[in-house]
Amino acid sequence: MATVLEVEGVRKQFGGITAVDGVSFTVEEGEILGIIGPNGCGKSTLFNCILGQLAPTAGRIRLDGMDVTGMNPEQMNRRGVSRTFQLLQVFPELSVRENLILAGQEHQGTMLSRLFGARDAGLTAAADRMIGFFRLQHLADTRAGGLSYGQQKLLDAAMAFMAGPRLVLLDEPAGGVNLTMLGDLKERLKVMNAEAGATFVVIEHNMDFVMSLCTRVVVMAEGKVLAVGTPAEVRANPAVIEAYLGH
Amino acid sequence: MNTSRFDAVFATLVLGAVILWFAPAGMGRYGTYVLSLWLVTAVAVMGLNLTLGIAGLKSLAQAAFMGIGAYATALLTTKAGIGWLPAFAISGALCFAVGLLLGFPALRVKAHYLAFVTLAFSTLVWLVLRNEQWLTGGVFGISNIPRPMIFGIKTDNALPFHRFVVVVTLLLALVLWWLVRSPWGRAFLALRENPVRAASLGVNIRAYTLLAFAIGSAYAGFAGALYAPLVEFIDPSPFQLSASFFLLLMVVAGGSGYQLGPFVGALLGVVLPEWLRFTGGLYLIIFAAIVIGLLIACPQGVLGLLERGWIAVRRRPVGSNPPIKETV
Repeated sequence: MATVLEVEGVRKQFGGITAVDGVSFTVEEGEILGIIGPNGCGKSTLFNCILGQLAPTAGRIRLDGMDVTGMNPEQMNRRGVSRTFQLLQVFPELSVRENLILAGQEHQGTMLSRLFGARDAGLTAAADRMIGFFRLQHLADTRAGGLSYGQQKLLDAAMAFMAGPRLVLLDEPAGGVNLTMLGDLKERLKVMNAEAGATFVVIEHNMDFVMSLCTRVVVMAEGKVLAVGTPAEVRANPAVIEAYLGH
Repeated sequence: MNTSRFDAVFATLVLGAVILWFAPAGMGRYGTYVLSLWLVTAVAVMGLNLTLGIAGLKSLAQAAFMGIGAYATALLTTKAGIGWLPAFAISGALCFAVGLLLGFPALRVKAHYLAFVTLAFSTLVWLVLRNEQWLTGGVFGISNIPRPMIFGIKTDNALPFHRFVVVVTLLLALVLWWLVRSPWGRAFLALRENPVRAASLGVNIRAYTLLAFAIGSAYAGFAGALYAPLVEFIDPSPFQLSASFFLLLMVVAGGSGYQLGPFVGALLGVVLPEWLRFTGGLYLIIFAAIVIGLLIACPQGVLGLLERGWIAVRRRPVGSNPPIKETV
């Protein structure tokens, strides 16, 4: 198995506070890697450093062996890395279908060819397939801002997959999603992982969700990696139990 | 996406142009002039509607860009003796280029700060127009701006010039209509709706921000190129900061982001004050009251109000969502 993403000694400081403190791990092709840890342990900051939303204070990020440290989110996306957000990030005034077309259009042709090409950049069929895959058919023409929270989470995930990414970083996909929808989401992610061969990194608080979805888990605490292993291994790890249950 | 609604915009534009072609019959010189002024203003508002209403970039320099276009056309057609059509193209290109440069701060500063940058630019343009007498004629302005000769047809009189304005406005409106429907339009909307998310989807925020600003500014330049021969005499006063605020008000009052909004907004801004002239000295107060009342009743502008009404009439299916703001 090839290594897709390599995070090496990444540190992020905000003034005197070190949010991420020398984190290293690798992500192998086709796996679903979970990142868990108490609130404020630096998971989302780490994501933002990987994706170029924030510049890491130190450390390197490598994608397929190539150094991509300091690239901006748009450049990362063009290299096949996409993401979902912890807080809802859809385009509220666009319909579900338009959201998905937008999510894919910048990967089609050039700026000039998009201007003079088809209005949907040839993506209506792909968008409708994605809508079908996430079972949002009845909402295809609905304004995204009018969807329920869980439905928007599904749309957010669907958007991340529109351009056929190799690596998807999901920031708390289960947060605030009701139980029925959660099962749906997990099942859809598993299918996507198996069929599209996409590699996932998932930040999540919902233990059941992580443990049943992920093949490997990184546990973080206070900006550092506490443990790495299979769900069963980390669950049995005394340091992890202490971090979660307190001293 | 609902294609029929887009075609409704197209049909309205074409039908409107046909009506306006014949409208001035029996209106006299002044009435015809007001109609032309309405359309010219609508072109400038269209540009700002792209920058602000669709791409969400707050600009307070639209009248300044209109001034650049008007002065460029005036100078080129009076002093350089160039025909109107090339002067029109140069005015638009010049505003596009200046808009591109002014757009750079937009990449760094957000929201109010961008407004401040454009506010400073607006003041700068006005100072140049007023003080650089050797070029602009200062407060005395430029007079005897010729009306264009198009395909051998003179447009010296009010009616032929009005028809000429109708055709140019229609063409400009159709280009924008097409642009907003293209993937570029979708990307512009993404800038307004959620730039962070857009960047994570590979949208080139830098390029689209600059383009939205530059295209919007070019439309102000086109409006200026029409304005100069319409009034035949220009001075710096119509391009002051207050005029930029007024254009901004027209975007919002007409319906920010709606394709037909600029025509409604400019109608409110240009024609309504004329209709209220019978009230004598009170007309500006009444005009202000109407606009304030409108914006309280419907922050989405006149077209937002119409759409709400339309949706209510059509009785959308149970469990559907709040009115969709028609922006594309």
